Amino acid sequence: MSLGPVEVRKIAHLARLAISEGDIPGYVHTLSSILHLVEQLNGVDTTAVEPMAHPLDMPQRLRSDEVTETDQRELFQSIAPQAEAGLYLVPKVIE
Amino acid sequence: MHAKTIAELGVGLRSGEFSSEELTRAFLGRIEHLDTRLNSFITITAEQALEQARSADRRIRDGEQGPLMGVPIAHKDIFCTLGVRTSCGSKMLDNFIAPYNATIVEKCHSAGAVMLGKTNMDEFAMGSSNETSYYGPVINPWDQNAVPGGSSGGSAAAVAACLVPAATGTDTGGSIRQPAALCGISGLKPTYGRVSRWGMIAFASSLDQAGPFARSAEDCALLLGVMAGFDERDSTSVERPVPDYRATLNDPVDGLKIGLPKEYFGEGLDAAVAKVIEEAIAEYRRLGAEVSEISLPNTPLAIPAYYVVAPAECSSNLARYDGVRYGYRCADPENLLDLYSRTRGEGFGAEVKRRIMVGTYALSTGYYDAYYLKAQQVRRLIRDDFAKAFAKVDVIMGPTSPTVAFNLGEKIDDPVTMYLSDSYTIAVNLAGLPGMSVPAGFVGNRPVGLQLIGDYFTEAQLLNMAHRYQQVTDWHRRIAPGF
Repeated sequence: MSLGPVEVRKIAHLARLAISEGDIPGYVHTLSSILHLVEQLNGVDTTAVEPMAHPLDMPQRLRSDEVTETDQRELFQSIAPQAEAGLYLVPKVIE
Repeated sequence: MHAKTIAELGVGLRSGEFSSEELTRAFLGRIEHLDTRLNSFITITAEQALEQARSADRRIRDGEQGPLMGVPIAHKDIFCTLGVRTSCGSKMLDNFIAPYNATIVEKCHSAGAVMLGKTNMDEFAMGSSNETSYYGPVINPWDQNAVPGGSSGGSAAAVAACLVPAATGTDTGGSIRQPAALCGISGLKPTYGRVSRWGMIAFASSLDQAGPFARSAEDCALLLGVMAGFDERDSTSVERPVPDYRATLNDPVDGLKIGLPKEYFGEGLDAAVAKVIEEAIAEYRRLGAEVSEISLPNTPLAIPAYYVVAPAECSSNLARYDGVRYGYRCADPENLLDLYSRTRGEGFGAEVKRRIMVGTYALSTGYYDAYYLKAQQVRRLIRDDFAKAFAKVDVIMGPTSPTVAFNLGEKIDDPVTMYLSDSYTIAVNLAGLPGMSVPAGFVGNRPVGLQLIGDYFTEAQLLNMAHRYQQVTDWHRRIAPGF
């Protein structure tokens, strides 16, 4: 399956990646070649094969619902691009 | 001193022949003088290292023992290190000072290891040549025109050049074994779940596994012994005791059954590499092992399955880098969408963006069954191949990489060609098995690695087989000229 510029722009938008117009042809080419590689899977008969989600087929371990972490908000916000009064700042969302 | 193994350094430290501080200064000096040629470190933590060394010296004087006590090591820059930049080879995290230590970093600290710094790597561990790093490529100590392999290229090159006796790495599709092979050192990727992934920056969570690099199998055993073990903070960590990997190193290997997958010796394998591997197998025959041909028929499907599973998981894991809580943020965002898109567009390099887009596509509406589900089904077929093989043989052997180290710039513009350099390592990650690479010779001046693949949780046996081989060969003792 080959992708065109329209599809690549759509995927980039879904992935929230700003891609310059000049880079689009390069991604069209490399993404198409990767999808072409992956297409080899289509020829494999996987009827009745259970998808393998975990190498050891282990169920997800659960812990009891107890507080285990202490509040480290200040530490974590000290490395934020912009934080104020305990809040992460982003451009205005609601006018 | 720099050419000694951890095991040998431990003897010197305990006998008082040299202190950890002296050792640390010596290796820091080597990094300062020699790493300008390699670019294997992103961050050097000299001050903390000397503090840790002095603390280790006190602990040694107080009678504390342990194989890593006072021994300098380096961590791949994918492991979070408290108060130290953890970049993951990316502009996205160039300013990220981790607020906590990864479990394996903490374990190494507790064991008295001295961290000299953080090693260079492909951006977010996505690459096979270390050329996708935001901090520039790493040079192979054996040949200044050659790549060191990737993604843990910095760790492999640093150990190969004796800038540090051992280092940590991670292996999602071959990122420990392939650079170990290309740099002529030993490296082990443990069974999935053997080593905690907590604090290890996620790429493809169902494949990622951390492991050791060192210049001998014995040293890998010592480092793995410290790294391995259950961690309740990693939900995929396996609750299972850690054996004493050193205790079984000298076990006899006669009578052990080695399987050679015919698919690993076919088209695509460089003839000169094949010759080196055949000689290594002959060495095992002389050690008394029984060798037979086996088949892993679904081998050709490993790369296609991987390039669905890994990008899909990567697109999900890397969604967290949005310029809000930490890391890079673009300048003057117009609105929230612009903040996300430009932060990610500017913060990620080309290969990371490619994989995020492949993953986004594979997981998008209407394509999930055709790609991700199909790949997970094929993954089971690949695992079943190994299960059938291990019913007949104890260990699988073959080349780690189809060629020796390729030239810098040779494959970077053609991702699919780059992906094929992991033809023999990727299936092991898909199956979750342990694998190891040990130096087995050279083609010209570039090293060749022999790969050993074991059944689940047979790290001790892999280390044993590698160690016995290293008792009768000296490939692992070779050091690149000039280092």
